Amino acid sequence: MAKTVAETIKEIIRKHLEKNNGLLFGQAITAVGWVNNTVPNCKNIIEFPMADVSNMGIACGAAISGRRPIIIIRFQDFMWLNSSTLINYAAKSKDIFGTPTPIFVRALAQKNAGCVHSAVLHSIFMHMPGFRVCSPMTPKEYKEVWNDFMNNDDPMYVSEHRSSFNNSREFRNSYKKADVTLIPISITRFNVDKTIEILAKENITCNVAHVVWLKPFKKDNILKALSNSKCGVVVDADFEISGASQSIAYSLMYETGAPVKALGLYDRSVGVTPETENPAPDAHSIAEKVRQLLRKIKK
Amino acid sequence: MNLQEIFRRMCLIRYFELQVAEAVKKKIIPWLAYLSVGQEAPSATISTLTKGYSVFTQHRGHSVYLAYGGNIEQLIDELLGCKTGCCKGEGGSPCIQDLNIPMYGHHGLIGENIPLATGYALATGNSTVAYFGDAAAEEDYALTSFGFAATHKLPILYICEDNNLSILTPIKDRRNWNVYDVTTAMGLKSAAIIDDPKIIFNTVKELINHLPAFVNIQTCRHLWHVGCGNDGPPKWDRLDEMRNIVSNAKEIEEQMRMYVEDLWQKQLQKL
Repeated sequence: MAKTVAETIKEIIRKHLEKNNGLLFGQAITAVGWVNNTVPNCKNIIEFPMADVSNMGIACGAAISGRRPIIIIRFQDFMWLNSSTLINYAAKSKDIFGTPTPIFVRALAQKNAGCVHSAVLHSIFMHMPGFRVCSPMTPKEYKEVWNDFMNNDDPMYVSEHRSSFNNSREFRNSYKKADVTLIPISITRFNVDKTIEILAKENITCNVAHVVWLKPFKKDNILKALSNSKCGVVVDADFEISGASQSIAYSLMYETGAPVKALGLYDRSVGVTPETENPAPDAHSIAEKVRQLLRKIKK
Repeated sequence: MNLQEIFRRMCLIRYFELQVAEAVKKKIIPWLAYLSVGQEAPSATISTLTKGYSVFTQHRGHSVYLAYGGNIEQLIDELLGCKTGCCKGEGGSPCIQDLNIPMYGHHGLIGENIPLATGYALATGNSTVAYFGDAAAEEDYALTSFGFAATHKLPILYICEDNNLSILTPIKDRRNWNVYDVTTAMGLKSAAIIDDPKIIFNTVKELINHLPAFVNIQTCRHLWHVGCGNDGPPKWDRLDEMRNIVSNAKEIEEQMRMYVEDLWQKQLQKL
């Protein structure tokens, strides 16, 4: 049976801690569930105190030593506190000092978790120089991301989503002649299959070009899919305004001349109830964005 | 204790910093410079006891860099913004590093070097020393790093160069507690002393056998927080007091003055 994302992460971590003398840091790591069963019970795990700002500094100090630490941020919302040394030191040390700070940041997101446990915040790390930023949602992608980290010396921001942890399937891009190319990121990648079904009933055809690497932005598959369709929609689980979806849509439009829209979270807080939730775009909202775009093109 | 060597390092720092101040005044260095004039004693003394330690310094770090034998030509070039600088001219005064010491710089956020040093000591097990000021010690990430070092019994020495000023705001206006009490409560061997090299030497010599440890050293910054200005005569000048204690002080001082001035002239000619 194919491994899940969680099993893949656990296997990678165990090998790193037991064979590479790696380190793993985080808060409440060994508590119930071991971070959704993604962390093995083995050596070289350091429990951090609830001291978010200094914790990342300590982890970055360990990274200077070359032990390539993994730090787990259980909810990406906590990155606001944890990001100081990451942004100000880790991402700049190679440029300023010529010494890298290779650290693997597992930043987790979760659905339906209200205003302090739901965030996807990879966009802010795309904005800052010095990071590699990715959002793997499949076992194969996670392995690729890990190998990239081990073969480079940049700090890596891995925008994970707990809803992907039980996934064992790999996604495929499609490059046929189509009305629109869907370009999903993070957890929204699980929603586009249904969008395609919904739109097919309306005789609207879709290509899909999945995004794993946000920075450096890998776009060959996207350009190929987009070249065979009239337009595109970039869909993300982060905020739309000034976020990954708008940034990518802009660069794709600039490069191809094709109309590309962005779709992400609304510019308002995320609440805990269904009425206030502000969730990642679902299949229906993606479909509606496609209809709006096609109507606009038709005019 | 080799007082002559400590005095030599103090003179090296003093005359180097006076050259920087001159270059700032003449706008040869047109960007920010954080000078250690008056604060020479802690690093000049402690460096004689902690050779081989991994060193993490803060924005006012020229003194530490020089005391530990950092490449002086590369430091001058860094301050001048040259590609041949210790950080290729990109870091400038607050961000200096020399891995031959090994000394690690930091990006400039106050006290950022404290958690970095703590993590480094954890990951390597190497004896490590972190220098910072009394305001940096107030940062939440500094305080929690002290606690982390105590919890994990890390081989780290924290040195607070306490000049009583956060830019110009004195400690009494900023807090009603002192760092020594906090580190003691956390379980670090701690001391609070003045910047007399003999006292520093004897205190640190004892504490490095009991790491993790913290030393608060009252010192006196003669110039502004940044740049070369001053607000009148300093409260004390430890280097001046040393002139009367150290044998051959005059010769050592003159030797260091000429050495530093020659080096500066040589590096400036490259511009």
